[in-house]
Amino acid sequence: MTDMLLNVTGLSAVSDREGGLPVLRDVSLSLKKGEVRGLVGESGAGKSTIAKAILSILPRTVRVTGGWINFKNRDLLAMKPQELRSIMGSEIALIPQDPQTALNPGRRIGAQLADGLRLKRGMSAKAAEARALQLLADVQIRDPDRVMASFPHQLSGGMRQRVLIAAAFAVDPELVVADEPTTALDVTVQKEILRLIRRMQEAHGTGVLFVTHDLGIVAQICDSVTLLYAGKVIEEGPVRSVLENPQHAYTRALIAAGPRYDRPDAGLEPVPEEILHALRQEIGIR
Amino acid sequence: MDRNLLVATGIEVTYGKRAGLFGTGQPVAPVLHGVDIRIARGQTIGIVGESGSGKTTLGRALLRLVDVSAGNITFDGKDITHIPENEMRPQRRRMQMIFQDPMASLNPRHTIRRILTGPLLLHGIAGDTAEALARVKAVLDRVSLPAACLDRYPHELSGGQRQRIGIARAVLMEPDFVLADEIVSGLDVSTQAQALKLLKELSRELGLAMAFISHDLSVIRAICDHVYVLRLGRIVEQGPCEQVFAAPSAAYTRALLDAIPLPEYDPGWLERKTEA
Repeated sequence: MTDMLLNVTGLSAVSDREGGLPVLRDVSLSLKKGEVRGLVGESGAGKSTIAKAILSILPRTVRVTGGWINFKNRDLLAMKPQELRSIMGSEIALIPQDPQTALNPGRRIGAQLADGLRLKRGMSAKAAEARALQLLADVQIRDPDRVMASFPHQLSGGMRQRVLIAAAFAVDPELVVADEPTTALDVTVQKEILRLIRRMQEAHGTGVLFVTHDLGIVAQICDSVTLLYAGKVIEEGPVRSVLENPQHAYTRALIAAGPRYDRPDAGLEPVPEEILHALRQEIGIR
Repeated sequence: MDRNLLVATGIEVTYGKRAGLFGTGQPVAPVLHGVDIRIARGQTIGIVGESGSGKTTLGRALLRLVDVSAGNITFDGKDITHIPENEMRPQRRRMQMIFQDPMASLNPRHTIRRILTGPLLLHGIAGDTAEALARVKAVLDRVSLPAACLDRYPHELSGGQRQRIGIARAVLMEPDFVLADEIVSGLDVSTQAQALKLLKELSRELGLAMAFISHDLSVIRAICDHVYVLRLGRIVEQGPCEQVFAAPSAAYTRALLDAIPLPEYDPGWLERKTEA
């Protein structure tokens, strides 16, 4: 399989802070080049833990107890810090959740974008600045010159998220991990950002792991989806088949629990306790 | 009896307007420009808008938590627009609020018992501690929380449980009107459904009127009878939910609806553009 980009196999992890509670239970998932996979679940399902494990930024309290994370056939978990540093922010990039805290409040946008290019691509200051300007134009920022000279607080949330998308794609990575990148945004801005991520991803042929709790977002931007509950993969497959023909009762109940503006009766039925009970038994949670 | 419970007419709110040192006040652009809202007894209205639309300010103005610079508000036939705080206080029991972040609105150093019984005694709804406790237990049961919660502190509960404490605290005061400002936005889908279902049932059982503020039209659809769409401090559309959701008349409402991703296969959605 030459087009395989990422292969997570049997990944298990425990939280030492919670007395060895399993946070990932034998998780397997794969991502091909140019594929967008949604990683979806309620809070505590483990979606962010998987993202952090891939980015090698797991907190010290979370310990991997088994499995592999193969990125282009090399196990990230077995790599030395030096090797990881050459991959992270270069071959693997992150679009973070909160554009406010991800940018340095005291440095101009242009300088922040150029930093990454000089550090990861070895560009001269002048070349990096020219490239940064081009990147801002690529993410459809109308007046890139002004944004280059701006500080983060002078930009709207949507604008800051565009800057971070530019930063992520600046290094032309093969894998982008998008960690709930639109939760802080208004719906109309969210749609623009989703469209932008999809366009950038298609233009660069990038594989994207899209972490979200919103099945609607999964439906509209992802090719495939992995649904988690309590650190366990519950269902996995192409987006269309999972949404139209879910195999697991939990998936069906979760889809039905969401409100919909086109259905007045939707959004009022939580996932039934029987289904959660059966699910916990299936996973082996007492 | 007047069918209308809360009527706001021509509401204008301006923040930060102060007389300057030499009486030269800085003119500031209003946050709300003449908003009209009418809430009937037992009716649930939704107020939807994006950030900066003024929806939170509008809610606060309805409860007289911010002063209006123009317009007037009547509650149960009484003009409350400019009444002094001592006259307002008895009305406050009848107008309750459920907050967005239950962690920030529950005193972290008080037990749930104290948080819930305190206001009952303060407003004289319960004569003594025993009566207050009996009422609290009944309401806890109604919101599906075990009595064991009473001796817990807010941080010991989950987000969904804390939100139900917020709901319990509001309904305990036997209000006529409840304002809920973005109360489900931080919750998981299933927990959100639980809270929405509970609120919808409670409003029916108790004949509560509610104003439900949200940025999410899907949530509004699930719980409201009537919806007001707010943009930059103005109502751009309002009407019964069946009508507005089936055939929105304002371009802005259509743009908001078209921006909501539904969990179904729709290959053209991402590139489809609706101008507001």
